[in-house]
Amino acid sequence: MPKLSPTMEEGQISRWLKKEGDKVAMGEPLAEIDTDKATMEMQALANGVLRKILVNEGQAAPLGELIAIIGEANEDIAALLSEAPATAPAQKEEAPKAAEPAPAPAEQPTPQAQAAAAGAAVNGRQTAPAAAASSGRLIVSPLAARMAAESGLDLRLVQGSGPGGRIIKKDIEAALSEPKAEPSAQRYPRAVEPARFQAAPVAAASAYRDEPATQIRQTIAKRLVTSLGPVPHFFLTTDIEMDRAAEMRRGINALDPDLKISINDIVIKVAAAALIQHPEVNASFQEKFVRYYEHADIGVAVAIEDGLITPVVRAADQKSLSQIAAEVRELAERARSKRLKPEEYTGATFSISNLGMFGIDEFTAVINPPEGAILAVGAMTPKPVVRDNEIIVRQIMRVTMSCDHRVIDGATGAKFLQTFKKILENPLYLVV
Amino acid sequence: MSTITIREALNQAIREELARDESVFIMGEEVAAYDGAYKVTKGLLHEFGPKRVIDTPITELGFAGLGVGAAMVGLRPIVEFMTFNFSILATDQIINSAAKMLYMSGGQFKIPIVFRGPGGSAFQVSSQHSQALESWYAYFPGLKVVMPSTPADAKGLLKSAIRDDDPVIFIEQERMYGIKGEVPDDPDFTIPLGVADIKREGTDVTIVARSLMVPVALKAADELEKQGVSCEVIDPRTIRPLDIDTIVESVKKTNRVVLAEESHPICGVNAEISMQIMERAFDYLDAPIKRVSSADVPMPYAKNLEDLAVPDVNKIVAAVREVAYLD
Repeated sequence: MPKLSPTMEEGQISRWLKKEGDKVAMGEPLAEIDTDKATMEMQALANGVLRKILVNEGQAAPLGELIAIIGEANEDIAALLSEAPATAPAQKEEAPKAAEPAPAPAEQPTPQAQAAAAGAAVNGRQTAPAAAASSGRLIVSPLAARMAAESGLDLRLVQGSGPGGRIIKKDIEAALSEPKAEPSAQRYPRAVEPARFQAAPVAAASAYRDEPATQIRQTIAKRLVTSLGPVPHFFLTTDIEMDRAAEMRRGINALDPDLKISINDIVIKVAAAALIQHPEVNASFQEKFVRYYEHADIGVAVAIEDGLITPVVRAADQKSLSQIAAEVRELAERARSKRLKPEEYTGATFSISNLGMFGIDEFTAVINPPEGAILAVGAMTPKPVVRDNEIIVRQIMRVTMSCDHRVIDGATGAKFLQTFKKILENPLYLVV
Repeated sequence: MSTITIREALNQAIREELARDESVFIMGEEVAAYDGAYKVTKGLLHEFGPKRVIDTPITELGFAGLGVGAAMVGLRPIVEFMTFNFSILATDQIINSAAKMLYMSGGQFKIPIVFRGPGGSAFQVSSQHSQALESWYAYFPGLKVVMPSTPADAKGLLKSAIRDDDPVIFIEQERMYGIKGEVPDDPDFTIPLGVADIKREGTDVTIVARSLMVPVALKAADELEKQGVSCEVIDPRTIRPLDIDTIVESVKKTNRVVLAEESHPICGVNAEISMQIMERAFDYLDAPIKRVSSADVPMPYAKNLEDLAVPDVNKIVAAVREVAYLD
């Protein structure tokens, strides 16, 4: 089981794309794996034949667990099979490469070549691939490592062609020149099973059904208990008159309907502007120090099929409303099809969760550590407001900010919220 | 330009420097009346007389010490060892006196001396007479070590060595005295010490070779070109000081290195070059550095075993193919 996301500890086989006996080529998609964050394509690590699938669809395996064997068609894999943990997941081995090194492509194996291969085996080179694979380390030439770092290439997705699977310059050049594989959004069918309930052991108690927790549900659970437990939350709520913001939105969208600016886009923009004015809120508690951020990277909570994820609008303080709107739309779309890259949903400095579209007036949100705060945004609804002793109707939106008390104090949070409210009620501040 | 042998190029260099500077003289076993064991000093006794071209007894430690003393009082001796294998007897004078004198005298005594003669393997002269000792001498601060591979380099480098104010170990190669090449006629033609020469430009693999390994590496490069591999051959020419910059620049271009040498692998000069490449160009290496050296055994006398012990074209070709990931 390869590591396909930075926080992944185990993966669940969503679908095998090859069946036992199929030929596979290095780099070919072999399976789809549900990680804690997304469904990722796993590529074959060797040429050969998919001899044995050890972890079936729907089953999970910890990182490094043997999940399948690729070998020569007639190779004896009994030894590998006997090592494979049928039930006990204690094994720390990646899918081993074929024991035979791949012959030079498009070349007739001459007697000399065969003799050379035999010589190599005697010299112990043949055992190198297995050793490399079992250590779980990527073997990379220094040059290839530097090239990958400079181009932002994920070495785990590159197949090495050097001795022992070493990733070399040629492999990086090949990986950089090939067009990015676009995994289709339609390729995640789920087994549709009728819900079957089982009777509760206690008479008259409700029947129930147990469904395995998905990877993302487990991650949500893990992450959130690290928040409300150890993070001392407090909450600040205020009402905001949204008439002018709503008018501005109508005005902008009337100018260019393609912009499709939403109220939430304006909230993001205003929050970013307020954060820059209150850097003490754009901060995180890091045990021995407090980290203050230069830019406002705003995490935007997006509900997805079986959980939620917070794609990040980087440096929202520097972006125009139209840029923010386009970016949020694009990120949310990819979040729903589970195609976000890890760097796109980690490392926000502040988050916004908006349940207004569900008609929620007011709620509290759980901070996403290590961020210092999260803003829970309710629905915008007409409400009676007393102004100069008269009752008038205003579009009111109620927001509640959850603050990490280790870094934000009550007055600090209140001042930030005051600025946020002032700009949102008078959005002309955005241009002055 | 004249086309002459390395032997003739060395002879020209010594003759020109004897003529240019009367403080220069040459001594050693058979250098005068016999014209030199390898005829490098041919005609010099006749031209410059017995005070400038001096036959010595078979006493390497003695005449090396005479040379150091002469250098201390202002002469510029050239001391010929019949082969560098015999310099082993003179190492106390070379290492303890010549290499240290400038330092120990607080800069009062320069030692402008050249110790020269053939080194490396010859043809079936067995273990005691086939040694490549450059790593010995390159080890010591205070010495410069030069190894030419062409007639032009031999002449230009020897003239620079004679004019240099520090002790220079100048190691020729017995098998190479007859190699011919073009040499400039200008009597002031010199090649500075410490500057490498790119003997052949290439893009895929850098071969660093010196002395006898230069022509061997160039033949290997020809063979590899037919196989589609472009080799750059770099001859450091001076082992100490080493022109590592030229080597590193080449490595940054090719990303792969083969080091060829005639000496034993353990603690050889290539071990040092390899380390310096790692220190300065680690992030440019796409393959481990490969070293081709003589076998780690005393040189065999038997012809067939001697051939197996010394690096040849095939061994360099195989090493290049390995670092280029072709096998």
